Amino acid sequence: MNNTIKPNEKLDVREILRDLENYRPNKRGWVWREVGPQKIGEFTYVQASPTLKNFVPLPSARNIGNIDPQPDAVITTEIASGRFEDDIRRMRMAAYHGADHVMVIRTAGQSHFDGLLEGTPQGIGGIPVTRKQIRAQRKALDIIEEEVGRSINYHSYVSGVAGPEIAVMFTEEGVNGAHQDPQYNVLYRNINAIRSFVDAAESKKVMAYAGMAQIDGAHNANATARDAWKVMPELLVQHIINSKFSEKIGILKENICLSTVPPAASPTPDLKLNLPYAVALREFLSDYKMRAQMNTKYMDSSTREATVTHVLNLLISRLTSADIQSTITPDEGRNVPWHIYNIEALDTAKQAMVGMDDLLSMVNLKKDGYLQDKKREIQERSILMMEEIIEMGGYFKAVEAGMFVDSGEYPARNGDGISRDINGGVGSGTVVERDPDYMAPVTAHYGYNNIAQYNKDFESNPSLLIDGCTFEKPEMIKFIDELDETDNVYLRMDKTEKYRSGGLLKPEVEWLGDGTVVVDLFFPANIRVAEAAALETGKKMNLVDVEIIHKEVLHPTEGSRIQIKGTFDFDIKIDELVLPEIIKSHSEDDVINYVKLNPIKVVAGTAGNDEHSVGIREVLDIKHGGVEKYGIKYEYLGTSVPIEKFVDAAIETNSNVIMMSTIISHDDTHYKSMKKLHNYAIEKGVRDKLILIAGGTQVTPEIARKNSMDQGFGRGTKGIHIASFVIDKHKEINSK
Amino acid sequence: MKERVDDFSTRRTHLEGMSDAELKSYFLELSEKLVEPLLDLSYKNTTKSIERSVLLRMGFSSIEAKGIVEIINENNLLSKGAGHCVYVVGQHKKIDIHDAGMLLANGEEIDYLMEYFKVYE
Repeated sequence: MNNTIKPNEKLDVREILRDLENYRPNKRGWVWREVGPQKIGEFTYVQASPTLKNFVPLPSARNIGNIDPQPDAVITTEIASGRFEDDIRRMRMAAYHGADHVMVIRTAGQSHFDGLLEGTPQGIGGIPVTRKQIRAQRKALDIIEEEVGRSINYHSYVSGVAGPEIAVMFTEEGVNGAHQDPQYNVLYRNINAIRSFVDAAESKKVMAYAGMAQIDGAHNANATARDAWKVMPELLVQHIINSKFSEKIGILKENICLSTVPPAASPTPDLKLNLPYAVALREFLSDYKMRAQMNTKYMDSSTREATVTHVLNLLISRLTSADIQSTITPDEGRNVPWHIYNIEALDTAKQAMVGMDDLLSMVNLKKDGYLQDKKREIQERSILMMEEIIEMGGYFKAVEAGMFVDSGEYPARNGDGISRDINGGVGSGTVVERDPDYMAPVTAHYGYNNIAQYNKDFESNPSLLIDGCTFEKPEMIKFIDELDETDNVYLRMDKTEKYRSGGLLKPEVEWLGDGTVVVDLFFPANIRVAEAAALETGKKMNLVDVEIIHKEVLHPTEGSRIQIKGTFDFDIKIDELVLPEIIKSHSEDDVINYVKLNPIKVVAGTAGNDEHSVGIREVLDIKHGGVEKYGIKYEYLGTSVPIEKFVDAAIETNSNVIMMSTIISHDDTHYKSMKKLHNYAIEKGVRDKLILIAGGTQVTPEIARKNSMDQGFGRGTKGIHIASFVIDKHKEINSK
Repeated sequence: MKERVDDFSTRRTHLEGMSDAELKSYFLELSEKLVEPLLDLSYKNTTKSIERSVLLRMGFSSIEAKGIVEIINENNLLSKGAGHCVYVVGQHKKIDIHDAGMLLANGEEIDYLMEYFKVYE
């Protein structure tokens, strides 16, 4: 199939779904970035990886040559809106902003489903992870990674009561990474502890075979505990239990990743709590990789506050290490993540990591004092906890006793830990001891397997007994398409087809045509009054289902900020939209080089009785990025300049260009001034040699040209636009 | 667990003299002790999910695998391995693996398996 797409083409989801039953992923296994110094423009980045083929740089890169340096760490984004078909677009946007690890969150309740889900039903708080959904998204990512020029790791969860089957399906479908940690099942999903570990061993063996990266679940302890910073000793214990268990089963150390979150957040003294912990963890578990996650525990509805917390988390990543840098969308405290916030979170990570490049070549962590003392204390506390677990009779006894997720900092105990009956929970009593003649003729099967009873030669390769399994022969894989005629991707896409091919648009936050908009409001009133006023405002704006999503007190009586969301229930017809003309611009370097070889001089001012000079100064002065920045010299004639004076001054100063600003549009003054300028230049015999430009808020290129100007510039014009036009016109005049 | 005040300073006395490196190797040593029984448990046991995952690898769909494992489990044959049962039926009837699985899914050949594995004893 054609695996390429151009940046100006939309990904066609129907095309992705076509012939899916025959699609095979490009590869298996996790891919790290190619890490090494990168020279980009005049800068050298040390903790870096190659720039992408197609990308969207940070906003201020506009003034720095549009460079898009990429940090060393793999960067994660979590995408799962409930409709995988809409998530595909978000994945493509995320890849352009630097994501190379796309995680899919499962729908509520999937971990208790005994078996694989099939088809493409809609999800809640995530998506139902099925073979069809996985295959479609992997297929899309195979196209997207080609487009951006970097491998994209696709990731979901191998947990619940169907872990081994999910691990097998993920291996068959080219999933590159997964969360796998039996402790998560036990503590947070109340799945029987024995079942969880027995299943986990099989899952891990399969993941090892596929070369998947494994991420553990320890970070959930600090999301659950009352005071997150008090579970630090336990976090070390949870990390090592899963890591050591995985390592013994055969997952390569370089694919064992610890999901570590700085547990605390400002207004605690963030770094004083989090940095010693980060150092303690990286020292004790140095054999493994660090998947640095951002804090979710102390997130509220302020996206600004969440972003600052996350930047402090990124500082810790740079002060210690991060092999995978995960991102949390700053809106996670108030809704299932929206498109724009995935992108914001990715940009936050990229901006901060590139900004803090090579930090440790300039600052050292102190080798004594508070940092080292606190680090050692956390480590010792974790060891004491492990000693007591062994003393109690092992892991299961400790879980029964409620040793884990207690809000006391170990060895202190508050008696509020999570306790699980070893014989209880979902899937209890479902573990069966293998008989001496137990046998499974497949690849990557963990544990006792009596193949020798049939053929001694196949002991190291059991699937030879059946002439290979799906891992060697993917053509054996059975693909199930849809099981539910009333809930599937085709029905959903039919409903929104007018926004795909019908020439209609609607604002959107997560699903095509959802119509959701946010309005940010301030009221000079207390918060209760402001809330009511905000809801009323939304209604009067014709929004449907208006809800308050964020509120902040600016002063208890003087004012409140309220953000509302609502549905804008109208369609926009694309072919009725009037699009402004695209103003072509050259690169800054090209303009500067041209002007160096071909000196250009401008006379400029505001025309007639016009005193509005702010705009013209903006496109003239070097300070504002005006034409002066590119080496163009200018003579500023001031405000209310008589039309004749523009031409006379141009002749006198031997200038090539006249830039006339005309804001006043009353009685078509601006058109009249343009005509007059043109005619006077003819009268003086210099029209052919002069470039005449008019600008102003009411000026459009079309109007200006109709009134005999060479070009006109309206709102939003930058110096580079004018300079680019001037050099093009200058070339044209000179070639005549 | 019962409530307990922080007795870290008395509990840690045996760790006090260890260097950072010693402390780390002790941590790793303890972790081996913790996971050893968990590995042993996993080595010796199986579950319905593991057996379904075996059948997936043998080329069955998730729906087929679920049906076959249910029948094998009802007849207390999970301890032999679901893939094993399918393999034995295939050999016995001289048919391919998938057809053998479908016979089992229909409840056929269970008696043969009982006989083969001598489960009646």
